[in-house]
Formats: sequence, structure tokens, C-alpha cells
Amino acid sequence: MTTHYLVLSGILFAIGALGVLIRRNAIVVFMCVELMLNACNLAFVTFSRQVGNLEGQIIAFFVMVVAAAEVVVGLAIIVTIFRTRRSASVDDANLLKY
Amino acid sequence: MESHIAEIVQHTGGVIGNAWLMIAFPLVGAFILLVFNRFTNRWGHLLGVAMSLASFVVAVLAFFELIGFGEEERRRAVHLYEFIPGMVDMGLLIDPLSISFALLITGVGSLIHIYSIGYMAHDEHRRRFFSYLNLFVAAMLLLVLADNYVGLFIGWEGVGLASYLLIGFWQFKPSAAVAAKKAFVVNRVGDFGLLVGMFIIWTTFGTLTFAELGEKIQPGQTNGTMLAIGLLLLLGACGKSAQLPLQSWLLDAMEGPTPVSALIHAATMVTAGVYLVVRSGAFFFPEGSGAALAVAIVGAATLLAGAIIGCAKDDIKKGLAGSTMSQIGYMMLGAGLGPAGYAFAIGHLITHGFFKADMFLGAGSVMHGMNDEVDMRKYGALRKVMPITFVTFFIGYLAIIGFPLLSGYFTKDGIIETAVHHQPILGWLAVLGAGITGFYMSRMVFMTFFGQKRWADDAHPHESPLVMTVPLMILSLGALGLGAYLVLSNRLLLFLAPAVGRPEELPEFAPFAPSGLATLGLVAVGAIFAWMKYGRAEVPSVQPRGSFLTTFARRDLYGDALNESLFMRPGQWLTRLAVFFDNRGVDGIVNGLAAGIGGSSGRLRRVQTGFARTYALSIFIGAALLTGALLLVGNI
Amino acid sequence: MGETITFWVLAVVSVGAALGMVFNRKAVYSALMLGTVMLCLAVLYAVQDAPFLAAVQIIVYTGAIMMLFLFVLMLVGVDSSDSFVETLKGQRFWAILAGLGFLALIVLAVGNAVFAPQVGLAQATGQGGYIRSIALLLFTKYVFAFEITSALLITAALGAMVLAHREKLTEKVTQKDLSRARFLGDRPSPLPGPGTYARSNAIDMPALLPDGSVAADSVNRYIARYDVEHDHLPEDPKLAEAIKHTAELDHAPTEAEKDAETNEVTK
Repeated sequence: MTTHYLVLSGILFAIGALGVLIRRNAIVVFMCVELMLNACNLAFVTFSRQVGNLEGQIIAFFVMVVAAAEVVVGLAIIVTIFRTRRSASVDDANLLKY
Repeated sequence: MESHIAEIVQHTGGVIGNAWLMIAFPLVGAFILLVFNRFTNRWGHLLGVAMSLASFVVAVLAFFELIGFGEEERRRAVHLYEFIPGMVDMGLLIDPLSISFALLITGVGSLIHIYSIGYMAHDEHRRRFFSYLNLFVAAMLLLVLADNYVGLFIGWEGVGLASYLLIGFWQFKPSAAVAAKKAFVVNRVGDFGLLVGMFIIWTTFGTLTFAELGEKIQPGQTNGTMLAIGLLLLLGACGKSAQLPLQSWLLDAMEGPTPVSALIHAATMVTAGVYLVVRSGAFFFPEGSGAALAVAIVGAATLLAGAIIGCAKDDIKKGLAGSTMSQIGYMMLGAGLGPAGYAFAIGHLITHGFFKADMFLGAGSVMHGMNDEVDMRKYGALRKVMPITFVTFFIGYLAIIGFPLLSGYFTKDGIIETAVHHQPILGWLAVLGAGITGFYMSRMVFMTFFGQKRWADDAHPHESPLVMTVPLMILSLGALGLGAYLVLSNRLLLFLAPAVGRPEELPEFAPFAPSGLATLGLVAVGAIFAWMKYGRAEVPSVQPRGSFLTTFARRDLYGDALNESLFMRPGQWLTRLAVFFDNRGVDGIVNGLAAGIGGSSGRLRRVQTGFARTYALSIFIGAALLTGALLLVGNI
Repeated sequence: MGETITFWVLAVVSVGAALGMVFNRKAVYSALMLGTVMLCLAVLYAVQDAPFLAAVQIIVYTGAIMMLFLFVLMLVGVDSSDSFVETLKGQRFWAILAGLGFLALIVLAVGNAVFAPQVGLAQATGQGGYIRSIALLLFTKYVFAFEITSALLITAALGAMVLAHREKLTEKVTQKDLSRARFLGDRPSPLPGPGTYARSNAIDMPALLPDGSVAADSVNRYIARYDVEHDHLPEDPKLAEAIKHTAELDHAPTEAEKDAETNEVTK
């Protein structure tokens, strides 16, 4: 069963990464990042059960906390950017280049 | 050979103990004049003369103190200070040889200083001129008084610097600037020899002081290293003394003011080479060694070359310069003959100092009266308008051609006789040279003071002021009697003996030796020939084309052309090659590298698109590759 | 058996929802899809002996984070749908390639790994029970990390406030200011209400004054403009004229003009 969970975790992670790479809307990109974090959590939980150790769950818990903090700040940034540029596209903010 | 040179004695106190004053006086003079430049304009020349005279007074006092010692104690070393810790102590060596030079340098130098007051009266930079003169004298004194080769070398370089400054004194004239540079560069070649010679001395003997060298070197010892040192020192001497093959700067050096020429030719600079050879004689030029022979050959070749050049020059100063070359050649010839020759070489150096200074200053006096005209073809019949100059110049002339009983007669014939005795071939060449001397000096005198007036229209010749003629008179007195005083009863030889060694048998004054008679005869022939050609006959005021030989001589025996084609042009090719290599090769690599990096980074720069998604993609691909690598390697 | 069925159902649903999130034009749908995935995962946690995490997942993720996402989406504009035309050259190709490659690697690695039978958490929880064990770990071994997360959360809250805060440039307008401005203006009274006829019973009909003339400004200008744009003008030419007049009177900026304005600000 572990294999199944892990493969599911991998699929979700890959989908999340794909979304990060091809979506332009910053909010959706953010969601995809969340998806990737969740996929990781799944793997943690799975391994936790596999080896019979609670620490995997603890780590997953911390990941959630960090994700929460990250979302708060990230969304604040998106709002600020949107307020000045009227756009939430990650491609529009490309002034820092060659 | 047993030359027997006296031991060097350490000395403190007295005038000799304070001999450094000799150097310090003119050095301080130069310093004051240079540092307080404009403020000293009004009295600068007087200060210069005073410093030179003060130095002379010290020299005279030191001389008398020196002869108060016994003959074996006349080499006094004075320790001054530790110069290079553990290697060289700076000190002075006061012995008969150096004191002779010091007297000549300060004595004749002072006369030239005095003369310059008048000669440079109208030059706005007279003060600077005197500061350089003082510097020149100071450097030359350091050269002859130092008790080691390092001190000698510092003076040597100082002389080179001062000569550069003085030859190029009128630096607004391109020819003067070029001549100064030429003198400097040619001297560098000689300095190179001296320097390398010093290096070898140091590595071989571990010392550079004369005293310690005297202890370490057996008299008459020769081997390959010594020969190399000797030849290198000879190269240095050739540079300073304008001997073949480094003679080319001397004639161009005439671009400097005439007193400078007198100073360079009579008292300082060119005598440095002779001093070096004589001073090193006991160490590296023992009688009969290859090095000594080389010195003699160089001397003989130069005396002929100088004489030939002197024959063709219409410029009075260049004619005199040729004669200097020739006379220094005699001295070198003498210096290559061992102790017997040293005394005559030094003697000739001293008398030559007098009569050559006399004639140079006389020539300066003539130029002073002739609007600085130097072409003898524009002179003629000046003896009536410039009687003092004429008489003094004529005495100098008689002295240099070796007219019986005048200075040159004793010293030059002494060299010739010694040479005939030791090196017959060179000796007879010297006889021939004396004959040519008779010709070209007579030519000079006849063209200048006799014959028809060929003056330029605006020339109003007049006698020079007393400040210029009095030194001439004093110098001509020296030219008259000094030779007899020094040579008769071997006074100079015996005086110098503790310093340079005594010959096995003392030379006797032999006025009727075959070589002496031949010399006189040849000189007479030369003088008569000159009279016929330049005294009695009309001298064209424009230089005639002349034969091949004349052109040869006029061009300084193609010395410059030779240097040019042998050294300058290959040097230029080399620099051009180096420049080409530098531009195309070195710069090509460097610039190419820079351009390559610049170009590639310019292209690489484009990777920074500013799109966060592109960056994310590259991070993701990188992470994927890393995972793959981990899987491959770690076999997770 | 029950776990297998649960897994397969939830796996299909969550993968489908995840794909739906990535490939939906509308951000709101994406958010809802993400919520679905999270719920699925919560169930999967619960199935895998992690009921605490399942609860946290629902409370923190679906409860707090997803709400925050939706909140921001509402702020930014909920109705905008994203274009799916790729503007970066090669981005999509390489992204898919890398994603598939990565997936293949993971599957390969996981598939090749030979797992021992699951140990299960019964041993780890022991007698104290699950929650006690979690708490024990959290407040002993990981207490520092726990404390640091509190600092992190406070920092994040502060950061969000600082970032989202807008500097007030003008004095706050009070009701007093508003009423004063109204009485200083040319119309202290409210605008006239729309005329409401029995036959139409619509607010887009101008009112009639007692003398039978049409009362200007009696129709809201947005409604007037809507009528003009969508050609809903009344048949009575007098009324139609009044509506047109109102629509032109205070010409609100159209969408195109808004965009132009935004672009200028951006530039």
C-alpha cells in the first residue's frame, strides 16, 4: 500500500510543479505550490506509518504551519503588487532582468 | 713582477680626515643653487666659484698633509660611515693618485668656474649652469676619492648625470638635447660593463674596497675571471673616456656650452676612464696581461682615430674634441703599459688637463668674440684682435703637439717612448699619431689666428674680459712648465709609486731617443704641411667636397653610421617585432579572451529573462536531474 | 480492503481535482479544486493512522488557507479568466517534459523500492494513546521548533499587515464633511426618484413632473447607460431623449478606457 500512496504523492507533486510552471496567475501558482506541499505531507504521513514513527507526522504538522505563514505573506505580496500594477500575472513583473 | 704597492693605512683627523669636505662643498653649492633657485640668481655664480675654490683649498691642504707622511704611509683611508650594512663601508682613499686627480679637478675646475662667470654672463640660466658645474665637480671628486668600487660607481653615475645636464644645458636646441641623450645612452653601455665587472668582483672576492682587494689579490695574478673583469672595466672606461668603440658621444657633446666641454675634456669625465684603469691597474691590469694589452690597443686605436677625425673638422670645438679623443688614447696606451706607463699617463692627463682646458677656453673666448661662430673657415687672422687668447692658445697648441720643453713634450713623449719600449707596434702607431696631431693642431691654429680674414659680415671680434683671460693665462702657465716639473727627475712617478707601483727601472729623460726624434720630425712635417695648406694658401670659406678620406674623417670614421646599422636598426627591428608580437600576439590573446568572455557573457546574460516561470523551470529541471543523479549513484 | 477502496476512490478524485486546478481558466474553480484535493488528502491522512493531521488539514488548510485564497481572489477580481496562450517560448514543452520526467523518476524509485510490511503506529503510540504521543513529541523533543513556529506566525502576521497596509494620503471624510459639501453644492436635496408606471413598473423610467415634463436626473445614470447600450429605450421619444441625456451627462468610463488608464499607470 505504501507504494500506492507514494506514487500518488509523486503524481500530485508533479501536477503541482507543472501548474507552477505553466500558469501565469500568481494566485493559481500559489495554489499549485500548496498542492506540492500537500503532496509532500502525504509522503511524510505514509512513511510515518511505514516505519512506525510519529515524527513524520510532526514534520507534516510543521510543514502545514510554515505553509500557513507563507500563504499569508505571499498573498499579501500579491495584493500589494495587484494594487499597484492592476495585474496578478507573474510574467508582468519582469523588470529585474539583463 | 714586483710592483710593490704600499699598504693602505687607516686615518682619522686632520685635513685628510675631513677630506669629505672636498666633495661636500660643491655638493652643497649645487644643492643651494638648485633648491633656492631664483633667489640665488644674483650671487649664485659667485657661490659656485667659492665652493669650487673651497674644495681646491681643502685638496691643497690635504696634499701637503699627505706629503708630510713617509713614502710608505701615503695611502690614507678615511672611514666615513657604513654604507650598505655588512657589505660596503663608505670611505675615502687619499693617496698620491687620488690627490693628483683631486688637485686637477678642483684646480682646473675652479679656473673653468671663474671663466664661466664671464662666458655665461649673458645667459639667463647662469645660476643653474653653476649648480650643474658644482654637481659635476662633486661627482667627479667622489669618483676619484672613494675607497671602494661602489662609491666610485656613484660618482661615476653622478658624472654621467651632470654631463647629461650640462651637454643638454641649452635644451631648447634639439641638437643639444639629442647630444645629451646620446652621451647618456652611450655612457650607459660603459656603465653596464663597470657594473657587471663590479658584480663579478664581488662574487669572486667578496669585497669591493680597494684595500681589501689589495690584500686578496696577489700582484701579477691573472686568470680567466680577472681577464673578464679587466675587459668589463675597460668597457666602462671606454664609455666614460670616449675610447673606441664608445667614442661617438664625445663629438656631439660639443653642443654644450664651451666651459662644459673644457670641464668634460680637461678635468672631469673623460679622465674617469683613465683613473679607473690606473686605480684597478694593480688588480686587474697587471703588466703584460691580456687586459692590459687590450687597454693599450684600445688606446692606440683611439689616438689614431681621434687624430684622423681632428684633421677634417672645421668646427673648432669638434677639432678639439677629436684631439681630446686622441690624447685620452695616449693616456690609455700609457695606462696599458704597467707602472712605467701609469706615471706618464697620469702626467699626461694632468698636463693635458691644463693645455686642453686652456685651448677649449681659448676657443670659447674666440667664439665669444665671434658671435658664437664655431666654423674655423669663418675665422682667420684673429691673432691681432685677440692677443691674449692667441698667445695662451698658442702655448696650449705648442704643448699638445709636443714642442720641445713644453708640457706635452715631456708627458706625451714619455708615453711614446715607454710604448716603443714595451709594445713597439703600438708605440710607432703613437708616433704616427703625434705627427697627425702636429698637422691638425697646426691647421686649427693657422685657420683661426693666421691667414686672411674670412669673418662673417656682422662679426666684430674683440678680446674677452679679464675674468675669462686670467684663467687662460694661469692654464697656459701650466701648459708651459708643468710637464717639465712633473717628469724631470721622475717627480710624479716617484710620488705616485706608493699608489700604483714602481717600475723595475726608472725611465730616464732621453731627448735624443730615436722615437723622440721621429716624433719631432713627424710633428714638424705635419706642421709645415698644415702651414702650406692653411697658413700660406687661401682657405676656402666654404667647405670643399674633399676626398674619400676627408669625408671618412668628417663623418667621424663612420662611427655613427656603424652604430646605427649595427645596433640602432636591428634594435628598431627588434622593437618593431616586439610591438607586433605585443599587439597581435599578447594583446590578441588578452583582447581575444576579453572579447570572448564579454561576448559570451553578453549572450549568457540573455538567460536572465526576468520571467519567474523560466527560473522556476530551470530550478525544477535541475532538481529533476539531481534526483536522477542521486538515483543513479546512490541506487536509492 | 476498506482502505484500498478508499484510496483508489480518493486517488482518482484528488488527481482529477489537481489536474482540474491546473487546467481551469477561472481561478475560483482552481481554488475549489484545490479544496477538494485537500479534503481528499485529509481523509487519506485519517486512513493512515493520522487523525490529528487530518483534523489540522481540514481546519488549517481547507478552513483557513483556502478561505484566504478565496478572499484574495475576491479582492483581485473573481470574474477574470486566464488566457492559456503560452507566451514564453518552449516553456510549456519543457515544463511538461520535466514534470513527466520527474514523475517517471519518482515512480521508478518508489516502484523499485522493496518495502517491508508496514509497521503501523500502534507500537509508537503505545499505551498513552495517539494524541498524547503527538503532544509528548511536540512539547518535548520539538518544543524549540514549536516555539520558533510561533515566532514565524507572528512575523508572518506582521509582514502581511505591513505589506497589505495602504498609506492614507488624505483626511478621512466624515459625515459632517459630506453634508457640508452637499449644501455647498448646487443640489442640497436628493435626486428625484424614477417615475414608476403601472405598465412597466421599472426604475429605468424617468419621472414626470406635475406639469407633464420629464424630470431630469430621475433615472440612475448607470441604468440609463445600460439602457442606451442594450437598446432598452422606452418607445416614448420624450422619455428616450431624457434617458439618453442622462447617460451622456455623466459618462462613466467604459471598460476599454479603464484598461488604457491602468496601462498608463503601469507604464
